[in-house]
Amino acid sequence: RYFQLLLIVPFLMANRVEPYVLGLPFLLFWIVLWMVLSSFILFIVYKLDPENEGSETE
Amino acid sequence: MNSALIIIFLFAAIALYLGIRATFGKKMSVDEFAVGNKGFGTLFIFLLIAGEVYTTFTFLGGSGWAYSNGSAAYYVPMYICLAYVLSYWVIPKVWIFAKKNNVISQPQYFMKSYNSKGLGIVVAFIGTIALIPYIVIQLKGLGIIVSEASYGAITPTMASTIGAVIVTVYVVISGIHGSAWTAILKDIMILFVIVFLGIYIPYHYFGGIQPMFEAVQAVKPDALTLAPEGYSVSWFISTIVLNAFGFYLLPQTFTVILSAKSPSTLKKNAVTLPLYTILILFAFFIGFSAIVQVPGLQGADGDLSLLRLVTQTFDPWFVGIVGGAGLLTALVPVSVMITSGAIGLMTGFYKLIKPNSTDRQQLTVSKVFVVLIILTAYIFVLKGGNALAILNIMSYGLITQLVPAMAFNFFNSKYMNKFGAMAGILTGVFIVLFNAVTSFKLVNIFPNIPSVINDINIGFVAILVNIAVGVIVSLLTNSIVRKQNQSNMPDEVINY
Repeated sequence: RYFQLLLIVPFLMANRVEPYVLGLPFLLFWIVLWMVLSSFILFIVYKLDPENEGSETE
Repeated sequence: MNSALIIIFLFAAIALYLGIRATFGKKMSVDEFAVGNKGFGTLFIFLLIAGEVYTTFTFLGGSGWAYSNGSAAYYVPMYICLAYVLSYWVIPKVWIFAKKNNVISQPQYFMKSYNSKGLGIVVAFIGTIALIPYIVIQLKGLGIIVSEASYGAITPTMASTIGAVIVTVYVVISGIHGSAWTAILKDIMILFVIVFLGIYIPYHYFGGIQPMFEAVQAVKPDALTLAPEGYSVSWFISTIVLNAFGFYLLPQTFTVILSAKSPSTLKKNAVTLPLYTILILFAFFIGFSAIVQVPGLQGADGDLSLLRLVTQTFDPWFVGIVGGAGLLTALVPVSVMITSGAIGLMTGFYKLIKPNSTDRQQLTVSKVFVVLIILTAYIFVLKGGNALAILNIMSYGLITQLVPAMAFNFFNSKYMNKFGAMAGILTGVFIVLFNAVTSFKLVNIFPNIPSVINDINIGFVAILVNIAVGVIVSLLTNSIVRKQNQSNMPDEVINY
């Protein structure tokens, strides 16, 4: 539970206006998606991190 | 006295009360003053780290960058997001080392990592040099926000003076506890103000977010993508990666790490903070709206785009709330900065001169350093000219020069010893300094270089040279370090 290697993905990760997505120019939408995905990956890694077991009561 | 001014003063009084009250029932020691006795839980750490993100920059610089430079402004939330990703790996290691070795400041961390007092002094010096421009920017930003929001009833200098006095009083009394308590009020206010303005203004003037962007596209089409040269894609990528590595090495953020009560606290925050950082985009919406609604602001006046739009749109009482929130966004980061700066100087210099000083003496000296740092920053606020602008440009570049020394230290590598670390840092600092003074670019050496390489952030180049110099010097001096360690046993350091 090497899953920490997923944290490389945000670094490994659009420069145009259209199409607009959710009301945002494509570049800005891409930036938002990048940040949400980073947070999601961090959440997955945190949940699978064996060092965090037992710390939920903190 | 207008209603905006009354509301701003009310916020200032509440901040002062919370800052002083924070220390009630606590016996103040150096540990308590500097890092809250390493006892802050998830919420306080969240607020203190977020406090370093939502500063006066959010109010002035965030919207101002979107106004003046368009999409280049997106680098801010993106580098902070990558810093949190990186922190999941790195920061728990730093915390564990600090806990085992009773480290309470950044210079002390490097001093104990490499068993080198000289390296500690270099880090204390670089940290202070990098901190002062940040404090000055916050105090100047505070002056501009309060002056504009009070419709000129208070001058920027007077507002900066009041802010400096408030923050000095509560830091001297409460240390980092004062920052933690005022951060609660600040984050509630900034969330409300930025999100409300970021939604209300586009809907009020354009009927929605997408119509606002379409209006911007009509008057300034280049604003919605990165430029082919200058603030280009290669500039964006090199800057977000460089700043992501530097974010947690800023003395004030480093101090917050040390005040956490466990590595798990830091990991939890790494998960949630990227989502919180997305809220900066609402400040950009205001800046983009201002491109159409308040055209013609040139240069530094672009930073006034949010305030000009707010005073043009709302009644004085609401402008006062915005001004009060702006005041708080300066006070919290400044308080953490002067606390970390003072502790850095105390551990980097005073403890070396007087290693047997008592806890009480160290606490008193730390408080004297608090006053000295804020006075130095205040003089720059009053007299600051080009020197400060140069310092500001290079402060991130300076602090990231500590990255190689910290990274190699995780692996106890023979490729980086105390001489190599110091030589690498000083070489990197020289390159950053040279660039800040001369605006040197790679194209000056290689005239035919493509812009995609020329736009790479010079701090990135400095780090590569820093690593090369550090490794070469270390390999040449490893035998000297071994002899030194055999002749006088180093202080006991517990490694990772």
